[in-house]
Amino acid sequence: MSDDYEARLQAWVGRELVARRPGQDPVNVPMIRHWVEAMEDANPVYLDEDAAKATGRDGVVAPASMIQAWTMRGYAATVRPSTEPSGFDELVALLGEGGYTSVVATDSELEFERELVPGDHVSVEEHVESISPEKKTGLGAGRFVSTVKTYRDASGEVVATQRWRTLRFRPADKPAPEKPKALRPRPAVNPDNAFWFEAAREHRLVIQRCADCKSLRHPPGPCCPQCGSFAWDTVESSGEGHVYTFTVNHHPRHPAFDYPLVVAVVELAEGTRLIANMTGVEPADVEVGMPVVLDWIDPDPDLSLPVFRPAAHKER
Amino acid sequence: MSVLPGAAAIAGIGATEFSKESGRSELQLACEAVLAAVTDAGLEPSDVDGMVTFTADTSSEIHIARNLGIGELTFFSRIGHGGGAACGTVQQAAMAVATGVADVVVCYRAFNERSGERYGLGQANRPMDVSADRAAYSWMTPFGLSTPAQWVAMFARRYMHEYGATSEDFGRVAVVDRAHAATNPKAWFHGRPITLEEHQASRWIAEPLHLLDCCQESDGGQALVIVSAQRARDLPHRPALIWGAAQGSGNDQHMMTSYYRSEISGIPEMGLVGRQLYAQSSLTPADIQAAILYDHFTPLVLPQLEELGFCAKGEAKDFIADGNLALDGRLPFNTHGGQLGEAYIHGMNGIAEAVRLLRGTSANQPGDVHNVLVTAGTGVPTSGLILGADQ
Repeated sequence: MSDDYEARLQAWVGRELVARRPGQDPVNVPMIRHWVEAMEDANPVYLDEDAAKATGRDGVVAPASMIQAWTMRGYAATVRPSTEPSGFDELVALLGEGGYTSVVATDSELEFERELVPGDHVSVEEHVESISPEKKTGLGAGRFVSTVKTYRDASGEVVATQRWRTLRFRPADKPAPEKPKALRPRPAVNPDNAFWFEAAREHRLVIQRCADCKSLRHPPGPCCPQCGSFAWDTVESSGEGHVYTFTVNHHPRHPAFDYPLVVAVVELAEGTRLIANMTGVEPADVEVGMPVVLDWIDPDPDLSLPVFRPAAHKER
Repeated sequence: MSVLPGAAAIAGIGATEFSKESGRSELQLACEAVLAAVTDAGLEPSDVDGMVTFTADTSSEIHIARNLGIGELTFFSRIGHGGGAACGTVQQAAMAVATGVADVVVCYRAFNERSGERYGLGQANRPMDVSADRAAYSWMTPFGLSTPAQWVAMFARRYMHEYGATSEDFGRVAVVDRAHAATNPKAWFHGRPITLEEHQASRWIAEPLHLLDCCQESDGGQALVIVSAQRARDLPHRPALIWGAAQGSGNDQHMMTSYYRSEISGIPEMGLVGRQLYAQSSLTPADIQAAILYDHFTPLVLPQLEELGFCAKGEAKDFIADGNLALDGRLPFNTHGGQLGEAYIHGMNGIAEAVRLLRGTSANQPGDVHNVLVTAGTGVPTSGLILGADQ
């Protein structure tokens, strides 16, 4: 940050940000009534003349916290702000030049000189009190900008002051949120294969077995090609086997996978074969005939799949 | 003996240009190809009374019939299993003609397979239902095995392991294809031959497949007109008689992933097709002067040569390395450039090339050709033809 910038910024201290501006309407009972109803403030001194007098006041008073409300610009000015540049706009532009483009209000301290009563016509003016050096905050590096709003009655007497502090900051470069990895292509689960994927969720590799002739088959199907039986159960695989053949995929790439991607046809000790990925081995080291053992991966909460890794050397 | 051999002939062939972006609808491509084939046969659209295509085609015969003014159809049929359907469409047509249910049958296939839906991108993100066909992918796509190249890579690896074939042996198929495409003006790769070194240097797609082991993705259409042999003799071109027309689905057949058979280094469904073709035609491999073999991926050309009896099991690599597939070799192969070199029109363009070989009009005519063997897709339930000159 250049010294020049710092000087231009500090030159704002003490300067008027918003010139004295009267509220649109004097303090009035209807507005007080809207406020206390909305705030569910049952204190009778705001609306009940007798109750107010009973507290030693001359009559009803406005809630102290309404002070800002009496000088608000109102709806029309909010939706169609003045195009005349104000001091406030200039300061925001200067802060923006320093990269302090974001804002968060940090605190507001109010001091009240006297209670307002219906008929009071309040005005407000705002000055810059201080602009802090750059501070590191959780939101990013920024400067605390303190201003003081002074509220006066029609005769110019101060009725309240408000120290208003905001943090003007450069948004921290948030690390791009980790994009969740794309889901693997979904298996089409139907009555003929659901048992296999359900067992996989429990990390059990099952093989369909004919209940009559006991022959094993994979991929599964409703009917035994050996004997024609529709009755079947399953056996759990030992998880031992060898690579029957494999491919190392490079292109095209699917976002769910890391490439190069090894896909193998594994022949299980039980004699059936299945397609699965390999883990714990470099693509260049995979070989036809390589002994492998079963492991599991859970690519996403709804999908568990068998994966094979090279069998430990002693098992060869 | 069957009524089929010699009963019907391919009398007309017609195609669109082969491109990467046709700029036209698939229906328009189909209409253009069909009209071209009918015109080539010396017939009118109104003569057509039968149509056959692939289940994979997006343009039903009724749309083409309506658009071309073909009128009434007495025979229409579709064949499944992707490129395996190619020669099967001609078998359907020949049977229809031989049995008299139709007189003039057009077989067609047209698509924007490059500018539209690209098959090479695979099945990973296809919409899912729970049909048996879709559920079959459950054993592949969750593991990242989703594309035809990847499916074929499994067979290729096992074939290499069992027979000692190498990537260079596959590459020699690509080199022959591209050499023939280089001298075929209709081929996408016209004027662009490759060397074995370029094949070896091309990037991996799915090991052991390099880029140059993989066929193109193409836009285009191809149609064929089938009539009786007798009628064909009265039409303008020398008939390509259908001496053999067969389909085959093997034991424990899967769609591109028959990995569960006791052996996967052969293509038993192609052996089944070959046996039928030779039996129907009373021909032997020695009688075949040229072959158009399906080449979506080079590795599966080798077991085709073996299954069809051109060489013994495991010896295709030597048969190829010895130059037998060249124009001056024992078995001139894919004289149009194949699907690697001319265009990938699901095998239908290869049938048209076989017809040109018999007419003597191939861009790479290897001399007199009396009998040509044509195959359809490999790895899938498939089909084949033996086409021959009039005897």
